[in-house]
Amino acid sequence: MKKRLKGMPVSFYVGAVILFVILLMTFFPGLFTDQDPYTQDMNALLQGPSAAHWFGTDDLGRDVYARVIYGTRIDLAIGIFAMLVPAVTGTLIGLCAGYYGKKVDAVLMRILDVITAFPFIILVIAIVAIIGSGIRNMFIAIWCVGWKDYAKLVRSEVLAEKNMEYVAAAKTLGFSGARIMLRHILPNVIDGAFVYAISDVMMCMMVGASLSFLGLGVSAPTPEWGAIITGGRPFLTSAWWISIFPGIFLAVAGVAISFVGKGVAEKVKAK
Amino acid sequence: MKEFNYIIKRILQMIPVLLVVTVVIFAGMRLIPGSPAITMLGDHATPQAVEEMNEKLGLNEPLIVQYFLFLRQVLTFDFGNSITLNAPVWDLFKEKAVVTLTLTVMTGLFTLVISFLFGYIGGISRNKVVTKTVDTAALIFISIPEFWIGIQLMMIFGLKLGLFPVGGWGTTWGEHLHSMVLPAIAGGLGTSALMIRNIEEEILKIRRQDYVDFAYSKGLKKSVVRNRYILKNVMVSTITLFSMRIVYMFAGSVVIETVFALPGLGNLLMQAILSRDYSLVQGLVYIFAVIVLVMNLLTDISYSFINPRIKLE
Repeated sequence: MKKRLKGMPVSFYVGAVILFVILLMTFFPGLFTDQDPYTQDMNALLQGPSAAHWFGTDDLGRDVYARVIYGTRIDLAIGIFAMLVPAVTGTLIGLCAGYYGKKVDAVLMRILDVITAFPFIILVIAIVAIIGSGIRNMFIAIWCVGWKDYAKLVRSEVLAEKNMEYVAAAKTLGFSGARIMLRHILPNVIDGAFVYAISDVMMCMMVGASLSFLGLGVSAPTPEWGAIITGGRPFLTSAWWISIFPGIFLAVAGVAISFVGKGVAEKVKAK
Repeated sequence: MKEFNYIIKRILQMIPVLLVVTVVIFAGMRLIPGSPAITMLGDHATPQAVEEMNEKLGLNEPLIVQYFLFLRQVLTFDFGNSITLNAPVWDLFKEKAVVTLTLTVMTGLFTLVISFLFGYIGGISRNKVVTKTVDTAALIFISIPEFWIGIQLMMIFGLKLGLFPVGGWGTTWGEHLHSMVLPAIAGGLGTSALMIRNIEEEILKIRRQDYVDFAYSKGLKKSVVRNRYILKNVMVSTITLFSMRIVYMFAGSVVIETVFALPGLGNLLMQAILSRDYSLVQGLVYIFAVIVLVMNLLTDISYSFINPRIKLE
């Protein structure tokens, strides 16, 4: 582990430290605030940042700082789970298409053609419109679309890999297709998908926040960064703090993930 | 001739994809829970009114007939009438497309200027600090959501300083362009950042090539080497990335137009979705898909013009 981390750029460590703090916020939000993100205080509506309310209060007198802190777990969960399912299914589909080729591949490529015909955000919005808004349906929409990049990535790698001698050797030994794909080819083609998955977490977080912003994702009163920003929109001139802080958190989290991803990508490339 | 054949082949390949796209859209719209007639008329509609609406929408026909009705509409660019806005979908599209096209063009121009400027500075500079700063700044801007940048720009330059309008797009072209400045910046920063990193990386790579050293040792001027040897080669991958992102910007109008209340296609689509205007949603999504397919085709064709080494097959 130590050897692996050696020689990483400074930005990698910065990103890792920020990510660690974000993880703390995710699992122990109580460490950062003793306020409740849902408690309304009608005596403290739209108050600016102060010692009592670091990020001020919103139109229902809720503490914005507490809401942003508790929102961390929701946004991070969106990023990770929205990435995880497509990453796995896309990788498996790409493996099969690349390995079996011919008809399997042709069918897959046509499906990809159709999915790529729709712009990502339009397709996700359309799916959410069909099955209804809400966090669960938002996941389903992203899962339906997100796998295509992994499938493309892994497929092209498999095409290059499957003519290697070790694959021929495994075939001669009579191993099953599944075994060859998962135990022999997968470890050699996973790097690209892995690097992509890290930045995908960030992209999924942004898509999730954007959907909530459009009113199609997480809805009030759940403290999600995109939803908090939307909630602050009517008060831009009188209460700028509601919309600015969740955005900063979103950006910082995104940057941290990008930094870590960049470090990992360089390491993988060097290999 | 080879190019021509390739283009014909690609256009023919688009046909089955477009057909499947119609099936997907049609199936998707039928999967929406609840009856469209009741959704449109409200819960208190009389059974008679619902029946009339079903008749009007063609919902009483068998599914397969409904599909072919939809297909006929698609082929004749007649997507029926929007129920909520009481106008033909195609007319609404034409009306709103101007806004979204203007936005996309402005965003694209902003992106090109910013990314080549900073990408060039970052890549060509011999100073490591400059390169790193540009690179890190770009990485940060990739990670900031567009709608949030939009809101902040609107708050600072629109509401606080009053330099730009905060919503709508005015009536004259002067006002149109003026109102597009902030949306173009908000929508373009992310793509600019991506392209800056790409240009920078490419320049750094090309600078190490033998032919660049050779050009210098021939005694060519610095500016000649930079413009004719380095920049020209950076173009290939950058234009590829840019044309991919143009599609993204076009679709991203959904978010940006919502932030700035611009009366464009994205706004129209959101309105259609929220008011469950079936014919409008399916018409718009289909048109979006066609535009994306055509843009992708143009991208592929443009490869061979920028870089003759790429063979079209």
